[in-house]
Amino acid sequence: MEVVKLTIDNKPVVVNKGTTLLDAAKSIGVNIPSLCYMKLEDTNFENKPGGCRVCVVEVEGRRNLAPACKTECSEGMVVNTHTMRVINARRTVMELILSDHPFDCLICAKSGNCELQSLAQKLGIREIPYKGEQSHYKGDESPAIIRDMDKCIMCRRCETACNEVQTVGVLSAINRGFNSVVATAFEMDLDHSSCTFCGQCVAVCPTGALTERDHTWKVVDAIVDPKKTVVVQTAPAVRAALGEEFGMEPGTLVTGKMAAALRKLGFDFVFDTDFAADLTIMEEGTELLDRLNKYLSGDKSVKLPILTSCCPAWVNFFEHQFPEMKEIPSSAKSPQQMFGAIAKSFFADKLNIKREDMVVVSVMPCLAKKFESTRPEFSVNGDPDVNYSISTRELAAMIRNANIDFASLPDEDFDQPLGESTGAGVIFGATGGVIEAAVRTAYEIQTKKPLPKLDFTELRGMEGIRSATIDFDGLPINIGIAHGLGNARKLLEDVKSGKSNFHAIEIMACPGGCIGGGGQPYHHGNMDILKKRAAAIYREDAEKPIRKSHENPYIVKLYEEFLGKPCGHLSHELLHTHYFDKQKKIEI
Amino acid sequence: MAKFKNHILVCAGTGCRASQSELIVENLNRAIEDNNLGDEVQVVRTGCFGFCEKGPVVKMMPDNTFYVQVTPADASELVTEHIVKGRKVNRLLYVDPDSHKVISDSKEMGFYKKQIRIALRNCGFINPENVDEYIARDGYAALGKALTEMTPEQVIKEIIDSGLRGRGGGGFPTGLKWDITRKVKADQKYVVCNADEGDPGAFMDRSILEGDPHSVIEAMAINGYCTGASKGLVYIRAEYPLAIERLKIAIKQAREYGLLGENIFGSDFCFDIELRYGAGAFVCGEETSLIHSMEGLRGEPNVKPPFPSESGYKGKPTNVNNVETYANIPVILLNGSKWFSAIGTEKSKGTKVFALAGKVNNVGLIEVPMGTTLREVIFDIGGGIKDGKKFKAVQTGGPSGGCLTEKHLDIPIDYDSLLACGSMMGSGGMIVMDEDDCMVAMAKFYLEFTVEESCGKCTPCRIGNKRLHEILEKITQGKGTKEDLTLLRNLSYVIKDTSLCGLGQTSPNPVLSTMENFADEYEAHVVDGKCPAGQCKALMQYVIDPEACVGCTLCSRVCPVDAISGEKKMAHIINPAICIKCGACMEKCKFNAISIQ
Amino acid sequence: MANIKLPDNKKKELKEVCAKLNNDPGELINALHAAQGLFGYLPAEVQELVAQEMNVSVAHVYGVVTFYSFFSMTPKGEHPISICMGTACYVRGAEKVLDEFKKLLNVKVGETTPDGKFSLSCLRCVGACGLAPVVTVGDKVFGRVAPEDVKTILEEYNN
Repeated sequence: MEVVKLTIDNKPVVVNKGTTLLDAAKSIGVNIPSLCYMKLEDTNFENKPGGCRVCVVEVEGRRNLAPACKTECSEGMVVNTHTMRVINARRTVMELILSDHPFDCLICAKSGNCELQSLAQKLGIREIPYKGEQSHYKGDESPAIIRDMDKCIMCRRCETACNEVQTVGVLSAINRGFNSVVATAFEMDLDHSSCTFCGQCVAVCPTGALTERDHTWKVVDAIVDPKKTVVVQTAPAVRAALGEEFGMEPGTLVTGKMAAALRKLGFDFVFDTDFAADLTIMEEGTELLDRLNKYLSGDKSVKLPILTSCCPAWVNFFEHQFPEMKEIPSSAKSPQQMFGAIAKSFFADKLNIKREDMVVVSVMPCLAKKFESTRPEFSVNGDPDVNYSISTRELAAMIRNANIDFASLPDEDFDQPLGESTGAGVIFGATGGVIEAAVRTAYEIQTKKPLPKLDFTELRGMEGIRSATIDFDGLPINIGIAHGLGNARKLLEDVKSGKSNFHAIEIMACPGGCIGGGGQPYHHGNMDILKKRAAAIYREDAEKPIRKSHENPYIVKLYEEFLGKPCGHLSHELLHTHYFDKQKKIEI
Repeated sequence: MAKFKNHILVCAGTGCRASQSELIVENLNRAIEDNNLGDEVQVVRTGCFGFCEKGPVVKMMPDNTFYVQVTPADASELVTEHIVKGRKVNRLLYVDPDSHKVISDSKEMGFYKKQIRIALRNCGFINPENVDEYIARDGYAALGKALTEMTPEQVIKEIIDSGLRGRGGGGFPTGLKWDITRKVKADQKYVVCNADEGDPGAFMDRSILEGDPHSVIEAMAINGYCTGASKGLVYIRAEYPLAIERLKIAIKQAREYGLLGENIFGSDFCFDIELRYGAGAFVCGEETSLIHSMEGLRGEPNVKPPFPSESGYKGKPTNVNNVETYANIPVILLNGSKWFSAIGTEKSKGTKVFALAGKVNNVGLIEVPMGTTLREVIFDIGGGIKDGKKFKAVQTGGPSGGCLTEKHLDIPIDYDSLLACGSMMGSGGMIVMDEDDCMVAMAKFYLEFTVEESCGKCTPCRIGNKRLHEILEKITQGKGTKEDLTLLRNLSYVIKDTSLCGLGQTSPNPVLSTMENFADEYEAHVVDGKCPAGQCKALMQYVIDPEACVGCTLCSRVCPVDAISGEKKMAHIINPAICIKCGACMEKCKFNAISIQ
Repeated sequence: MANIKLPDNKKKELKEVCAKLNNDPGELINALHAAQGLFGYLPAEVQELVAQEMNVSVAHVYGVVTFYSFFSMTPKGEHPISICMGTACYVRGAEKVLDEFKKLLNVKVGETTPDGKFSLSCLRCVGACGLAPVVTVGDKVFGRVAPEDVKTILEEYNN
């Protein structure tokens, strides 16, 4: 690798050719402030429009200041990152941004997590000399995401996330000059667009322009309502991230504390979505084997590969973008919805209460789950199977609101019968986990032999698109995995064109899988956090006494007592769904 | 042009067409027919003559008689008198404003005397819709010479030696740019002509494309030969329908003659040109924005480097030059770099075309050698200030340039001197202002333009220019303070220093140059609450002279806001708190009793 | 499905234009020029069709349409009036002419009169600086316009 030598703040630096000034400075401990710049290692997310101009530095011999995030080091460069000229320019740029930003920090949903706020603090901005018109745009309150574009600073991260990483293409910069902002086509509401509600735009937004719809007060209302039995379920990825909200190291598992906190919050039953994940494996795995065996016996009407369907953003994605393939994904509902359906039938019956008197709350790392819970097909006579879906961040807010000292909580267990889960259910939270869980069960059902090993490391990792062939006792099963919808699109195009020969494919909309979901604590661009969360998930799996879904005793019992057999009649009614063609097509 | 005895050249540029020059052509043709002169006289529609102030212009050949401000009704007289009877129509000839003498040959006119026409060499001489006329004036000879006698390196050396610099604004050495593109290795390269002339008040490129489209096509092909590109793209404003039309015709004719296409001049060089349309965004004059626009994207610029020469259209090496730059190329190759570099100043060679407009007597398109002074341009060529008013400032470089004043009149016009005094060459807009123009309002006007045209990608341009405009608005409203002047200055420097592209890096120039050159005028606005030029409405006050007022009540009746009170036959008074300064009262008053203070 | 009110033959024509441009996303701006030529303006449905045919997202098309001032999402009046606000026209009093148009038509810049007869817009330099200030109505250019002339110009089109 070719190297270049330069001087930054009077210190000599040697870096590889192609390194930016921002990274070169960082390598010698000089942290140049930046705002719009964001790079997520291991994903293809890189946002450096060079637009905010906060990271400008002085390069000797250049007429103008140079953006450090976008300027490559060259031999002999002499760079100064904090001359008077630079500091004045940086402050003025910041003052300009703030002059077109609402002053409602105290009540902003992003307060405390806002990169603009912390930068203003870092630069010590105490007044804004430039006063004038402020931008006002139409608000947008979809079931999952709230867009308050008055707070947009045109960093364009959401655009990159939506268009390049996820290839959903719902957002674009519109207008120009002072009136420019990132918006949907015709500034329509997100729920009229082909938005998948994956929430990756929210995950990367530096300000309060993009936030989730907050349901915490509705949940509190339900809890205090004596007529309601409130049941909560928590998704696997939540336990690997919630601790971060309370100052714990990323990757700290807080399963037990979380259960304790939920109980303290007043939920009547504290259950686990992991239970429903095991249930999903039973249904999806059975469906996979059914399709596979029919296919192998020469039934040409059967389509392979089977695609997982537990990720609601992914479901939205193919309904809008690949409706012609809507028959391929598994018809199994997502764990959240399976849980809701079972809670409001099997469990409500058990409690001898009407389903309307039960409120099911889900805690999810995800914003698309909010949308999913509002799908009309997931309700009975207007009563949704899942009443409210809140994000990891919202749960943290509720815990703080209730004056609970999270760190000092004792570990508690989930309630039964919907709280028991296996290691297979836990790994749903990381990319590759669902398919690994499915393999653990499908292998044993198909081969009628015990698995020689439980850890399929070939299915794990952060690579955007992965594939592996698993030996089902002589039968090679080709597995594909994609996380991030852009990667999903590539995989899907290959399936469409007949280029791939996968039997089963797992797709998760968010980079990293659910641990990187749009409802998780903000990672602020630090990808190590995601890796630590994934490691935590696999750690919990490894520590579980039971690690195969079909061995979950409560699942076995559920089939015996209530459902009959996987993919049976009642399963179909309660646990399976169908998909819709939502593509807008203009026929002539 | 040999077949006919007489030619009547009629300017068919946008300006003259707006004054019915098409109808003049029609009427001329009818008159020729009526007089059975169809075999002897031919009417030729040409590109712009430049002397737009006196348009529509009609020129008689071969005797070089230059008729001005011709109307369609004059057509038959021109034929019967000038052609048939051989008598000049005196009333349509140009009258020198100083000597009051009638001048019939344009070479003798003050407007043309100091001009040297290189880029505009064919404008007003040939029919731009006829390739033969271009060829008759050595058209495509340079391309032929390059392809058959010269290597790309030799051509580039000739261009480098000529000292030609980009005429679009930046002034980058053209030959060097070509050389960089040539040296980058790639399977495909592109030649782009930037015809997105966006400076308000500049129409050089349009006139060249309308008057001499082949010169640009020829130069682009030469560039293709030098850089190794087989494809050319002209990015042209959709607002220029006539230029588009003529360019399309020219490309078609060039293809028919084998001057575009495969194996040009029997060589193995292949080259063709396509048009791409702008859609009304000034920032697309910036080359990276232009390339994005050609790629079907929003015209937002990119941070440079990489430069288009390395990575441009579709990520391929792309040579972008503007229209006027290209128009210079063929002549340089034919006459040699020595000839070209003998014209102009040490660091700025050749000529520059300016669109001279504003408060001068002779508005029009001019081409002068580099080094000509502003005074020569404004007073000799431009004929001085309109209505005998006093010269106040001249704005060069459009929204990116600055306002220069009396003390700059004798500096030679070239890239470096203009830059040194806080303005720039720009693409060639030159707007003259007189004593009635308020410099604060002028700066505000340009900022309004920049605010509207900023793409919004970078903070300083998006928000900074808006704030600059707001402060200027405040000052012209009479609400400015001295602190505002400090803010204005700091903000201007930061915007220049931190903006992403050339638009933002130059947008504060009108503010900084007026603050520098007309500091007292800013002071007057913020300290005394006065607009010395009397242009800022909010700082004006209408007053009734009680001596002159007879109390006719006419003014109070016409006032739309009832700001005027007074008894009949008594002196009236205007209440300044209510007055909206519409001026209706002053217009109505028969006794000149109302004035502005 | 989008709520389509556009005539089928024109939609077909637009589809053909897009096909001629090889449905290449890079030709989007040319496609939009063609579409505006066909429909007179670019309503949402037209943008959706262009997006579909040029293989880009509707948001992208909308982003492009709102970037370039040449593209319009509102139908122009029967007689579109443009006042040149180029510098040459500005210093020769274009603003006063614009004010007069605004006053007489009772519309703002960018708006169309309720009867659909006139729309008012500003443009930057038509290049007829010798005739400053310049006003164009449709294809016709009026030069050296004074505020007093505005009424006469409008009357020309009012019958």
